[in-house]
Amino acid sequence: MALSYEFTEEQEDLREMVREFAQAEILPLVEEAERHEKFPVEILPKLGELGLLGIVFPEEYGGIGADKITECIFVEEMAKVCAGITASVNAHADLAAFPIYKFGTDEQKERYLPRSIAGEIVGAYAITEPNTGSDAAGLATRAEKKNGGYVINGRKNFITNGTLCDYCLVAAYTDRSNRGEGISVFIVDRNTPGFEVTRKLEKMGHRSSDTAELVFEDCEVPAEALLGGKEGAFGALMEALITGRVSHGVKSAAIAEAAFDAARQYALEREAFGRPLAKFQAIRFKLAQMATKIEAAKSLAYKAAWLYASGKPCVKEASMAKYFSAEVADWVTREAVQIHGGYGYIVEYPVERYYRDAKLASITEGTSEIQQLIISRELGL
Amino acid sequence: MKIAVCVKEVPDAGPGRRMDPGTMRLDRSGERSLNSYDLNAVEEALRLKEAAGEGEVVLVSMGQEKALESIRKALAMGADRAVLISDEGAAGSDLVATSYVLAKALEREAPQLVLFGQSAQDSDGAVLWASVAERLKLPMVSQISELEVAGGQITAKRQTEFGYDRIQSPLPAVLAVADSLNEPRYPSLKGIMGAKKKPQDVVKLADLGVEADRAGQAGSRTTVSALNPPPSRGDTVKIEDDGTGAQKIMAFLVERKFA
Repeated sequence: MALSYEFTEEQEDLREMVREFAQAEILPLVEEAERHEKFPVEILPKLGELGLLGIVFPEEYGGIGADKITECIFVEEMAKVCAGITASVNAHADLAAFPIYKFGTDEQKERYLPRSIAGEIVGAYAITEPNTGSDAAGLATRAEKKNGGYVINGRKNFITNGTLCDYCLVAAYTDRSNRGEGISVFIVDRNTPGFEVTRKLEKMGHRSSDTAELVFEDCEVPAEALLGGKEGAFGALMEALITGRVSHGVKSAAIAEAAFDAARQYALEREAFGRPLAKFQAIRFKLAQMATKIEAAKSLAYKAAWLYASGKPCVKEASMAKYFSAEVADWVTREAVQIHGGYGYIVEYPVERYYRDAKLASITEGTSEIQQLIISRELGL
Repeated sequence: MKIAVCVKEVPDAGPGRRMDPGTMRLDRSGERSLNSYDLNAVEEALRLKEAAGEGEVVLVSMGQEKALESIRKALAMGADRAVLISDEGAAGSDLVATSYVLAKALEREAPQLVLFGQSAQDSDGAVLWASVAERLKLPMVSQISELEVAGGQITAKRQTEFGYDRIQSPLPAVLAVADSLNEPRYPSLKGIMGAKKKPQDVVKLADLGVEADRAGQAGSRTTVSALNPPPSRGDTVKIEDDGTGAQKIMAFLVERKFA
């Protein structure tokens, strides 16, 4: 009887708290944030106060010291209400602050973590460039030594929290001759001369998350800005992104579940030919399939979270979770729109947003193709 | 200052709620949570403690042992400990019996302030605080929408149908707060993680010196003799919309002086 699917009482209480918080504090902001493509940054200090930005960080930096499973519960309940806002929160906590905790020097941790965890400053993370996405090591941004520090030149694209960030992790070549291993990571403060936000990008979904194009032009940073105090940290950073993949697995399943809940409710209420849609086999079976796939996606994602939290290898499972949940969310949200018929196509109903939001999961933080590449490698192929 | 907050676990509201025709009591199965009005009392107690920079907030409750699951929310919000009176002999207690048991528990705690929420969402009596105050022979102020504690006394603004009363009372006192008094905080994750480790005493009636015939059915003065669904309203008007629905609704409201 070792296999357990139970959350702890604390985790259940957290779920209830996040659910209440998201309903009361996030949901009322969603429509405006989505319409104007503006992340409601004022929620960060509120999340910080409740300890929700520091779930996996140690107490010495203001964190809670809880595990990945606990963090996933937070992501799940937030994403059911708004995927875009969740994405910005995750980019801040998982992609910007977490690598500093994992690889930063003591000074860097002191400087950035307590305020990030409190939600007082916003972090971003910039690897992707206009001409490199999946081929991360193909990036063109370079950092050259000068006056004991570095000068960064290059462009970054699709950067979450780009226009809002107070600091940004930037990947750049410090050694061109060494593909991959010659890439270093810098923590660049927003007010550094030469760091410009050139464009805010309009998106199909996740509109309440802020996405921008950044330019670094002769941007001089001190040697202390080098993540971990040494060059070549990029490879380790990429490996650390596994935590983000686990989160994505849970997040996509949550978007799918939100769409399913809406579709189920609609099918129970809407009548056609004298009876509710839910009484027609075509719709009943569709909902049954949706629920089954969501259950499978969630189970896989939480298994990956459990492996991660237990300190066990989970490269394969993390990629599987991200890939599978993205596929499930894609399909479930599409079917949810279908069940809603004409209303599903109308912005007033939330399912069209779920449909658009779901698509991102198979593209961001490693496309579904890259995840399959990782999985096949893990299978010894 | 020591503050006791009386709290109650209630079944979640919903259309599925029913009276058990066998026991003629509320069916308490299914999802349960802390009575939401109690959260205002907990919040106020925490604010008073924080403002004073010292003190203790003790939760006092009567219910099934599993009620601790709901009470933990108030511990996660910041209350220091909980006392739960859980005893088979207390099942079916009415107002008279419940107020006696709670008063006995409160006597033992001897707090300077006893806070209640305005009512319980399940029984909706809104009188328990009055009976507890009577038993403790303490002053009582209800429906408080503003509260100040200073110099060994309280000043409260009491909401009434006709306006406000401003009432001063010495301590100790029993106070029932209105839900307009404050906005209860969310329990923080840190609070949630620490709640289970806070002292949670489950006590029996005998521990409080409550005689068996003063609690439960035996100690109650009321009996439910029959259960009937509310009679249907005879004057229901159904308006079918044939294009003039809105006008008909307006006419209906005007006739009854609602518009």
